[in-house]
This record gives sequence, structure tokens and C-alpha cells, in this order.
Amino acid sequence: MIAVQSLTRHFGSIKAVDNISFTVGKGEILGFLGPNGAGKSTTMKMITTFLPPTSGTATVGGFDVIAQPLEARAKIGYLPESSPSYRDMNVFDFLMFAAEVRGYDGDERLNRVKKIMETCNLKEVAYQQIDTLSKGFRQRVGFAQAFLHDPEYLILDEPTDGLDPNQKQEVRNLIKQMGREKCIILSTHILEEVEAVCSRAIIIGEGKIVADGSPEELRSRSKLHGAITLELIGVEAKDALAGLEKVQFVDRVTDLTPSAAEGGAEKNGKKVIRLRLYPMSGKSIAHETASFIHQKNWQVDGFTVEKGDLNEVFYSLTKGGVAR
Amino acid sequence: MRNFKAVLKRELKSYFESPVAYVFIVIFLLATSGCTFFISRFFENRIATLEPFFIWHPWLYLFLVPAVGMRLWSEERKSGTIELLFTLPITLWEALAGKFVAAWLFIGIALVLTFPMVLTVAYLGSPDYGIILSSYLGSFMLAGGFLAVTCLFSAMTKNQVISFVISVVACFAMLMLGVGVFTDFLNRYLPVWLSDAISAFSFFTHYQGFQRGLIDSRDLVYFISVIVFMLAANALVLERKKAE
Repeated sequence: MIAVQSLTRHFGSIKAVDNISFTVGKGEILGFLGPNGAGKSTTMKMITTFLPPTSGTATVGGFDVIAQPLEARAKIGYLPESSPSYRDMNVFDFLMFAAEVRGYDGDERLNRVKKIMETCNLKEVAYQQIDTLSKGFRQRVGFAQAFLHDPEYLILDEPTDGLDPNQKQEVRNLIKQMGREKCIILSTHILEEVEAVCSRAIIIGEGKIVADGSPEELRSRSKLHGAITLELIGVEAKDALAGLEKVQFVDRVTDLTPSAAEGGAEKNGKKVIRLRLYPMSGKSIAHETASFIHQKNWQVDGFTVEKGDLNEVFYSLTKGGVAR
Repeated sequence: MRNFKAVLKRELKSYFESPVAYVFIVIFLLATSGCTFFISRFFENRIATLEPFFIWHPWLYLFLVPAVGMRLWSEERKSGTIELLFTLPITLWEALAGKFVAAWLFIGIALVLTFPMVLTVAYLGSPDYGIILSSYLGSFMLAGGFLAVTCLFSAMTKNQVISFVISVVACFAMLMLGVGVFTDFLNRYLPVWLSDAISAFSFFTHYQGFQRGLIDSRDLVYFISVIVFMLAANALVLERKKAE
């Protein structure tokens, strides 16, 4: 378990991280979300013992990062931001160095390095200088270094930054697979990544935790959550708006139909209108809306219950706005 | 100890995997023999001694040692590998000593490669091998002193050029404190005990002892304590600056 207790870090008069506390257990993949400069990397640097906290502390597998840094480091695999490595070395030598420092000797060391190069698809570049590798390969070298000792705790600072979509998918699969038996913290500002990979997300803004929950929970804070997007054919917008506003639990209805200037919307020569119905707080309106439309016998072209938009939650939480 | 060795090996290897090592060794060998033969006129002296060879070492080290050491920490900080290094289960001192000793050994290798000078002088006459040995030891200790100073300034900045320039200036100061011109100047204005004390802090003063064939424990202790002091300061600087 990683337990972070009122971790605080000042840089001069700036509070980069301000009294953050949370715990992450085995089998959890925690996504650290936040705009650039929110304190994600600083927090990770403190958990990995690289940066001493101004106050507060963290324990990794029971070892305090301030009092027992070496024991804590031995349990952690860390991928720093933009995965730095000794560029003048080749991949094999670099991993052999990491293995040596991680305490492996002789055959075991060699086998570890060989195995991790296979896992991370590095065999073809084993004897290439890291400097000459593409960003994707360098990222994999960083991963290999972090996974080498099969650590219980993985801390990954923007693991998919700068990778192409295929590589991103590859990395996400790898993380998900590892997440079953490890405890992983990863930081990102890509929201789909959190939805795709993480079992829990913490949003930080200006050094403070502003939200903590599963991606679904966070999404449900969105204003859009539970709203219905509706497309109707051959119905006058005026009539539809007036009628739908009276449906039970509907808070308000907005017209999203593209204007004539934008090309309008037509299907088989008939006009299409697009509306969005927002529910009152905590209510579901799908059933009521459906039966109302049925009663009116309107022709429906689309009916979507929105799950909520993590982008919007993220934006409102970190810009000082208020999410519902 | 194993981590110290791991860092040392990695560091030493990285010298030889980049052109730095070869450029340094070639320049060092050319410069030492060039100065010995063309400026000190080794042959024309007709004396079987390596004094005209060793007398140049402080002045060549003044530029060459900072060139070897300038990247030690500034490069780690600039490229971010310092974050990697200090999140591996290595202590600060293991990393510090490993890197320092690697660079020192590297200079030592260059120094050993000057052996044809010894062969030359042995072929031409019968030199005092004791003096040659103690001079080599002195030269190696001097290089260690310069290197420790360079290490310290290398940790202070991410910029290798700044690290080089400041190291050269600092090494120059450490050297000049004991050079004749400067001590004469001090003698004129300061009491003798004070100017003596100042020149006692100089690399130059202690290097000269070795050139006379004397391995004085005070000179050894001087160089070792300079190195330890500089490395301790280096450790403090790194603690404070590593994350910047």
C-alpha cells in the first residue's frame, strides 16, 4: 500500500503541493489528473523519495520515504517524466546497469534483462545506442528499467506522452495487465486514458485534491450526466420544445439543431431537429421522455442517454468553476 | 559497495563509449610531450630527469581536468537522469564516490599512457626511479584535487560551459596561491606567517613536494582532505539542487 499523509511541498513562496493525503492499495490503478503545473510530478517525486517534502510524508509498502528511502526505492519501479536514460549507453548495457543496482548478479541478472527486453519488445534494438532510438523505443527502455525488478509499486509519470496511438494502446494494455497484482499510480492529462485504464482517479488543481473517485463517479458529476440527446424528424422545433419541457423531471431543453447557415439537417427531404434535455438533479428522465414521444407519435432518429463528460468535469474542477 | 562499483563501471564505460576519452587522451599526451620536448627542451638539457615533464602537469590539468569533470553532474541534471539515479536504491555517497573515482581513474589511465617518457629517459641515462614514482603519485593526487573542485561546480549548474569556466577559475586560484609570483606579492603586504599559511593551501606547494622525490604524509593528507571536503560540499549542493 502507498499511503500519502498531508504531503506538502513549497518552492519558495509557491505551494506546489498543498496537504495531499490518499492511499492506494494492491490491484488499484490510480490515475493522477490535473492541468500542467498542478503538482502531479512533484507529488510523484516525493513518493519516489527524489524530492524531500516540506512537510508530511508518505509510506511505500510500510517504508517511510524520508526515514527509509532506500527500502522504499527498492519496492518502487519509477518512470520519470519523459523517461530519462543514459543516452550514450546501449539498451542492453543500460538495463544491465539497472539490474546490477537492483541487486541482481550473474545469470539471474542476465536472465532478468533478457526477459524484460522481450516483454518490452526491445530485442531488436538491444545493442543500439539509446540516443539513436525513437521516442517510442526510449519510452519502452524507461518501462523496462521500471519493471525490471518486478516491483510491487509502479509510479509512472505520463507514461504515454509522445507515443503514437498504437503505442499508447500497447502501453495501456501493459499497464492494465500489470495492475491486477500491483499497485500503480500514473499521471496523465489525457482523459480517455483514465477512463480506459484506471480504476480510480484523483484530480488535482493548484496542489490540492479536488476530486477522488472512480472514473464513472467523476463523470456523473458532469452536468451532462443523465441528459438525453434527441433527434426528431419532421417535427417543428417550437412544438417539441414546448412539449418536452413539461415532461416530468426535465429541468430544461436546449435546441442543438445546426442552423441553416451551418447547412441545417435534413433526412429524406424532411427537417431534422436535435434537442438536449437536462434532468433535474439526481433524476432519470429516459422513461418519461420515451413515453411522451410515443404518445405524440413523433418520428425518432436518435435517442442517447449521456454518460457525462470527464473533460467537462475536469475543466470545471480545475478552472475554479463548480461541478454539480 | 556493489552500487559504488556499478556506478563506477557505468561511468568509466561511458567515457570510452563517447569520443571524449580519445580526444582527451590524445590531447593530454600531445600536450605533455610537446611541452617537455619543445618548451622545456628535454634533449638539450642532457639531464636524465622527468622534471621538465612533470612541471607542466599543473598547467595542463588546469584545463583538461575541468574538461573531463564538467559533465559529471551538470549533464545528469540537464538530461534528468539524476532523477533515475536517485530513485534507484543507491545512496548519495555511493553515486558521488562512484562518479568521482571513475573520472579520476580515467585521468589515471591517461597518465599511465605517458610511460614512453619513462622509457625514453631510461634509455638515455639512469634516472632516479624513486623520484619518477613519487612524481607520478603527486601528479595523480593533483589531478584528484582539480577533479574534486570541478565536481563541486559541476553540481551547481546544468550548463556544462559554465561548469567548465568556473571550475577552471577555481582551480587556477587553488594553484596560484602557492606560485612564486603570487607569494612574493603577498609577502610584501602580509606578515610572513599569513602568506605562508595562504600558500600552504595551494595545490602547487603540495605538488612540489612530490617532485623532489618526497612522499610527505602531510602532502598526501592535504590532497585527500581537499578531495573529501570538496566531495562533502558536493553532496550538500546535490541534496539541495538535484530536483531543480
